[in-house]
Amino acid sequence: MLADKDRIFTNLYGLHDWGLDGAKRRGCWLDTKSFIDKGRDWMVNEMKASGLRGRGGAGFPTGLKWSFMPKVVGERPHYLVVNADESEPGTCKDREILRHDPHLLVEGCLLASAAMGAHTAYVYVRGEFIREREHFQAAVDQAYEARLIGKNNIHGWDFDIVVHHGAGAYICGEETAMLESLEGKKGLPRMKPPFPANVGLYGAPTTVNNVESIAVAGAIMRRGAAWFAGFGRPNNVGTKLFCISGHVNKPCNVEEEMGITFRELIDRHAGGVRGGWDNLLAVIPGGSSVRMVPAAQIIDAPMDFDSLAKLRSGLGTAAVIVMDKSTDLIRAIARLAKFYMHESCGQCTPCREGTGWMWRVLTRMAEGRAETYEIDMLLDVTKQIEGHTICALGDAAAWPIQGLIAHFRDVIEARIDRYAANPDHDGAVARIAAE
Amino acid sequence: MSVRRLDPVQPDSFVFTAENLAWAKSTIEKYPPGKQASAVLPILWRAQEQNDGWVSRKAMEYVGDMLGMSHIRVFEVATFYTMFQLSPVGKRAHIQVCGTTPCMLRGAEELKKVCQRKIHAEAHHLNADGSLSWEEVECLGACVNAPMVQVFKDTYEDLTPEALEKIIDEFSAGKTPKPGPQTDRQLSAPIGGPMTLTDPALYSDTRTFTRLEPPPPLETPKTT
Repeated sequence: MLADKDRIFTNLYGLHDWGLDGAKRRGCWLDTKSFIDKGRDWMVNEMKASGLRGRGGAGFPTGLKWSFMPKVVGERPHYLVVNADESEPGTCKDREILRHDPHLLVEGCLLASAAMGAHTAYVYVRGEFIREREHFQAAVDQAYEARLIGKNNIHGWDFDIVVHHGAGAYICGEETAMLESLEGKKGLPRMKPPFPANVGLYGAPTTVNNVESIAVAGAIMRRGAAWFAGFGRPNNVGTKLFCISGHVNKPCNVEEEMGITFRELIDRHAGGVRGGWDNLLAVIPGGSSVRMVPAAQIIDAPMDFDSLAKLRSGLGTAAVIVMDKSTDLIRAIARLAKFYMHESCGQCTPCREGTGWMWRVLTRMAEGRAETYEIDMLLDVTKQIEGHTICALGDAAAWPIQGLIAHFRDVIEARIDRYAANPDHDGAVARIAAE
Repeated sequence: MSVRRLDPVQPDSFVFTAENLAWAKSTIEKYPPGKQASAVLPILWRAQEQNDGWVSRKAMEYVGDMLGMSHIRVFEVATFYTMFQLSPVGKRAHIQVCGTTPCMLRGAEELKKVCQRKIHAEAHHLNADGSLSWEEVECLGACVNAPMVQVFKDTYEDLTPEALEKIIDEFSAGKTPKPGPQTDRQLSAPIGGPMTLTDPALYSDTRTFTRLEPPPPLETPKTT
């Protein structure tokens, strides 16, 4: 288990002062100037050496992303955009950073901006996080007051933070949709290339990073890339905030070492699976957009990017949704399908039409009111959506359904057979609650 | 994609109060010159707050004029982002029940039934005296405290149907219940108290760190 002294988010549960004084006592804003003085290359190399992979879901190496920004600032200014539009079902880690450790994020924004030649950072907080945004804005105001940021600040790098907020669109968590939204438009993802590092916000070079990726930058530079890289397994290093929800005895957020096994994570921090390990049915290990993994395969799997990819799933945002044997999996996935239908921006036809179609079919299947051949048809449609849209929302809508069919096809077939055996009987299928 | 339309019954006018107008101007100044359209979300938000929790057509036009945007662009934005309410909502409370899978697994469907029983059978409808309304929304980002609802700015977490009934009653009576987890739980810590971050040494003094430097690269024999 990760020792408390190696945890970065030491106010995760909000038991201590989130303000500037409290943050400084916990080690934030310590030596920040010395890192900026060492220059852009040093900071970028430090992030590369730390092996940090982006915490927003895709797991792209953060240091490498920073290095894509133009080396020389030309006519167009550089921008950092921090993605605090945390909306992935199951995920609630950035919320804790914004409200309980906001100074780690403010400091990280300064370091990241200095490492990319940016003087302005936009932090895009999801619309629903109103109190969280107020906390973060208060922390930013404190930092201005103490001249930690702003013009002529004590760090010698002029820097402004603009706290922006959305209004309830999941798609704005996609980086180019976020830029559109910041420009005051509908959040429709852009075609890539050009990538944001060349043409981003207001047409200027921009890097978009997740809150957690930015908030750990200060700790990495203070304690050394080698310290961070010492946790976990090769290519999957560092510490990570896990959000454990669903059918566990004690759902919680916790910071743990990457690569902790699922069993240890749940037993140690979440009080075990409801009804014991024999009662575990399936797990969605990385937020709703990844494929579910059946109990037998996940129990001893290490929770990191590469191990879960081998199980045809993914670490995503490390939002672990646990489902025990009382779960009606078809209804659970049908509800996710409804989520994607609701959140599709409507720009690409396969996603706009497909997400609704999949939800309607799954809703029928949950009752058993379907034909067996429709399972293959549904699978075929998910494959037609996957990879045929501008952004990854189409993929994200397809994967949960593919996971359901891959692992629990027999459950769907049994449901259809049971309905077919009693076609005339009203409510032939006993209603099974998802709880 | 959610299809949303403007309300058929619209008020005749909308103007910001002096205070909100000053706030709007300072918000526009946060963005680079000529990029004032960036402020459309925060300003529409403020318009919604001033207009009892929903955005009218006149409010959208007013915001468009203020930001130099054509009206259709503001309509697009207001209908795209689902937190903008396009019809009147309950003045005392608009209960937003999270219904996405993590909350559903822990009983969100029972919460919806409570709202149907106590407020209105259908979402987005006002109750008899116009003080309450409800809707089902997608993931609100408090999944370890599921099931939960949001009312205006605050969240109410770790709910049971009984706890939600009590909350609705309090709003109905014009009171504001205490937000956050409705059990004695500390925010997102596990029930029964934190199991990590319990080392007092983390908080006793100002922390300092020593950098862990990587070991020097191994000497490789020169191949000459």
